[in-house]
Amino acid sequence: MAKTLRDKLVPYTFVLPALLLLALFSLIPIFIALIISFTGLDITGLGDWSQIKFIGLQNYTQLFHDSAFLQSILNTGYYVVIGVPLVILLSLTVAILINFGQNRFFRFMRLVFYTPSITNTVAVAVVWTYMYNPSMGLLNNLFGKIGMGPFPWLSDPATAKISLIILAVWKAIGLNMLIFLAALQGIPESLYEAAELDGAGWWQQTRHITLPSLSFSIFFVTVTTLIGWFQFFDEPFVMTKGGPLNSTNSVALFVYQNGFQNSNFGYAAAGSFIMFAAIILATLVQFKLQKKQQGL
Amino acid sequence: MINGNKSAVRNGKVAVGAILLFWGVITILPFLWMFLSSFKSNAEISQATQNFLPNHWTFDNYKRLFVDSNFGVYLKNTLIITLFSFLGMLLNAMAGYGFAKFKFKGRGPLFILVLATMMIPGQVTMIPVYLILNEMHLTNTLAGIILPGLVGAFAIFLFRQFMSNISNSIIEAARLDGASEWYIFWHIIIPISKPVLAVQGILTFIGGWNAFLWPLIIANDQKYYTLSVGLQLLQGQHTSDYGLQMAGSSFMVIPIVIIFIIFQKYILQGFNVQAEK
Repeated sequence: MAKTLRDKLVPYTFVLPALLLLALFSLIPIFIALIISFTGLDITGLGDWSQIKFIGLQNYTQLFHDSAFLQSILNTGYYVVIGVPLVILLSLTVAILINFGQNRFFRFMRLVFYTPSITNTVAVAVVWTYMYNPSMGLLNNLFGKIGMGPFPWLSDPATAKISLIILAVWKAIGLNMLIFLAALQGIPESLYEAAELDGAGWWQQTRHITLPSLSFSIFFVTVTTLIGWFQFFDEPFVMTKGGPLNSTNSVALFVYQNGFQNSNFGYAAAGSFIMFAAIILATLVQFKLQKKQQGL
Repeated sequence: MINGNKSAVRNGKVAVGAILLFWGVITILPFLWMFLSSFKSNAEISQATQNFLPNHWTFDNYKRLFVDSNFGVYLKNTLIITLFSFLGMLLNAMAGYGFAKFKFKGRGPLFILVLATMMIPGQVTMIPVYLILNEMHLTNTLAGIILPGLVGAFAIFLFRQFMSNISNSIIEAARLDGASEWYIFWHIIIPISKPVLAVQGILTFIGGWNAFLWPLIIANDQKYYTLSVGLQLLQGQHTSDYGLQMAGSSFMVIPIVIIFIIFQKYILQGFNVQAEK
């Protein structure tokens, strides 16, 4: 049965609408971003394209002399280094604890821990800003009752980053816990029964059966969490605007501020490419580590 | 001996349960505090020591959201955006079906291209997409807010995964009966795909309801603000009016929690990333 031209075109009618939108809003923008990162595009260039000047690598060299940008890189590094291990450790712990039981209570706890993950970041950031309020907030009230504090939470450069991390970790546990839980439930019961007969205790079983069986999930969660923390934006944007004294500013927020508040589109695009490069590099390192681990 | 072992297991379970309960209460505490504070008057909130429960319950904060602030408009915009994001879900489903069940030139490379878009961070495309929309004269319009997020690679991927498992013989049989490809898609594929549509539908609703970054960038005018952007504005304008802020937050959080509780069965099973053996 020979296919007519019409038949050949049918598949494209299914995939084309989505492909066109992805091309227009994801793929093409990458190239535009790369080009404008070599220009001084600003608000005047936006109205009159002849005003746009190519300035070569100037944006990039200037970025590495911009103390605000360097500070945002350091802050983002801090978020990644503290945030990623914390999220993995805590969500894995919760998953293992929940996996202890199958009854209604344990199923309910799964729901409880997942709830922060689906709720709106702006809304929870507003709630946590209130909780972090030095005089009226819930946290200092509670700590005051046991004779601790008051803590400056968001108002002190030394603690503000940690306060944002606490909120983001609280929000991230749920989703990753579900991924770990799905993997835990896929481990064959027979492995544990055999280990039990060999006299292995709970910790030995966890180390030699549970953790190795989870290696792909741990890898998956590490990569996605890493990428997420590199793009840390909503929390500092809503809660601190990057302050106090730039101490919570992230690279993502720096890009937004320069692009949409100062209209330095070229400069911001260059900043976003440095972030992109860092994300790709960190992801590649993770893939390398994963391969090495599997090779052993 | 066996009995002793059993009670040790039970004791262990109780201990684990206690840890979970304590941790769970801490996890849920911000939501309780938000919800209860939204019914407190500002006079009560600014007292040095507050009770957990409001002394006098008041709906005043919620009333002010709609009377003093434009939450009615924000709600309308958010619902419009959410509605259109379901159109986006349909486009994702179509693409997923196309990649799953048709052989056509360029299928492999195109699908890899789709997956590649997942790695592109939003901050990189943010500026060029704004420039593109600006050229299309879509900045400060609802269309401009809706378009960039309409389709997504991850959803296309999940639809393809699911639809690959649909048996080819059903489709072939329908073709022999003379059914058109679109008839097959609407009357056979969509009904079979209910489970994945349920998960995607819920995630689409949550995504639309929570939309923040694009509305923030594209909308200059309050009349196009979504709930998230409006709430963020509210926080900036009424810095210490915590009752009002908590009412706004509750208004955003509670519907999602209710939807989640109703559909949890579908959401919770959608997270197996480990390969099936």
